[in-house]
Amino acid sequence: MNAPSSGAVFRGIVRRDLRLAARRRSEPLFTLGFFVVVASLFPLGLGPEPELLRRIAPGVLWVAALLASMLALGRMFAADYEDGTLEQIVLAPSPLVLSVGAKIVAHWLVSGLPLVLVSPLLALQYGLPADVIAHLALSLLVGTPVLSLIGAIAAALTIGVRGAGVLVALLTLPLYVPALVFGAGAVDAKLAGLSAAPNLALLGACLALALLFAPLATATAIRISLE
Amino acid sequence: MLDANDLECLRGTRRLFAGLSFALAPGECLHVHGANGSGKTSLLRILCGLSRPERGTVRWNAEPIDAAGDEYRAALAFCGHANALKEDLTPAENLLAAAALYGTPATEDSARAALDAFGVLHLEALPVRALSQGQKRRVALARLAVCARRLWILDEPLAALDARAAQTLAARLDSHLAQGGLAVLTSHQPIELRAPMRSLALS
Repeated sequence: MNAPSSGAVFRGIVRRDLRLAARRRSEPLFTLGFFVVVASLFPLGLGPEPELLRRIAPGVLWVAALLASMLALGRMFAADYEDGTLEQIVLAPSPLVLSVGAKIVAHWLVSGLPLVLVSPLLALQYGLPADVIAHLALSLLVGTPVLSLIGAIAAALTIGVRGAGVLVALLTLPLYVPALVFGAGAVDAKLAGLSAAPNLALLGACLALALLFAPLATATAIRISLE
Repeated sequence: MLDANDLECLRGTRRLFAGLSFALAPGECLHVHGANGSGKTSLLRILCGLSRPERGTVRWNAEPIDAAGDEYRAALAFCGHANALKEDLTPAENLLAAAALYGTPATEDSARAALDAFGVLHLEALPVRALSQGQKRRVALARLAVCARRLWILDEPLAALDARAAQTLAARLDSHLAQGGLAVLTSHQPIELRAPMRSLALS
C-alpha cells in the first residue's frame, strides 16, 4: 500500500474540523463573545477618560484576547478523545506531528482568527488612532497562533483529566507571558510614536520557536495521555 | 503476518497477563476470550501500538511494530470500544473523513456502498447524533469496507449489533480472510465464520 500523501491527510483533518465548527457554531461564538464582552467592560467601568483608555488599551485588549483564546483550548482534543477519534488519528499512517499541526491550524482558524478580525472594532471604543489599530491587529495576527500552539501542549497534557479547564489555565498563562509582553509592547510603542518593529520581531521569533517545538511536544503528550 | 512474543501487561500493580505468545498468518482470525477485566482490550491496544507491553514484542512481517511504524499502521484498521464517529456529521461525511485520515481517498460512491453493505444507507442524511447505538456501530464498521486494510483489530464488534448486522459482519470477515487478510477480535457473543477461528483465552 502506498504511503498517503501528507498534504492530503493535513487538509483532510483541517477540513473536517472546520466543518464540525460550522455545524456547531456555538463554541467558536462563545470565544468571540467573551472577547467582545471583556474588552467592552473596561471602557464602561473606567468611565469616559480618553487619555486613560488610550493608555491601557494595548494591555487590556491583549489580555482579553489571551483569556478568550484560552477558553477555547479545553475542547481542542477533548472531543476527539471522548469519541475515540484521537486513537484513529494516532493510528493513522502519517506522522502524528503533522496531524497535530492540522488540528492546531483548524483551531486557530476557528478561535484565533476571529479575534484578530474583530479587534479593530473593539479598539475603536478606546479611541486609538488608525495606525495603532492596524498594529494591534497585526500583533494579534502574529500572536494568536503562538497562543494556539502553546495551548495545544497544555490541552494534550490534560486529556482525560478531571477539571482540565483550570489546569490548562495554570499551565498556559505563565507561558503566554512573552507573547503578551511583546504583543502589547508593540502596540504601546506605536502609541508612543516609536517603532513597533523590535517588539513585532520578537513576537515573530516566539511564533517561530512555537512552530518548531509545540507540535512535537503536543504529539508526545498525546501519545502519553492515550497510553 | 502478525506475531506476539512473551507479552506481559500490568495495570497498576495487577498483572493482567504474562508470557502470552501467538502467531497469526494471512487468512487467520484470532478470537480473544476472557471475563470482564481480563485484559482483552489492553491486549488489543498493545497489538495496535497504542500502549506498550511491560515485556515482550509485537511484530508485523517479522519487524517490531515500533520499527515498522507507518508501514504497520498503513496495514491496520482498529475499531475500538468508542465508535470514533463525529456526532454532528452524517455517516458518509464520517466515512470520508476517516478515509482521508487513513490516506485511502474514498469517493462519495464508495462511502455509500460501504454504508449500504451494513444496511445504514437510508440514514445517510441524518447526523450521527440521531442514530441508535447499533446503527452507530454499523457506521463505524463500515469504515472497514471503505479503508482496505490487511489487519483488522476489532474490540467487541458485535456490541449493540442485531442478528442481521452480526451476520453481515461475519460475511465481511469471511471475505476479508479469504483474500488473505488477518483479524483479531474480542467478543462475548459467538461469531460463526466459515474459516476456522483460532482462540486465545485470557484468565
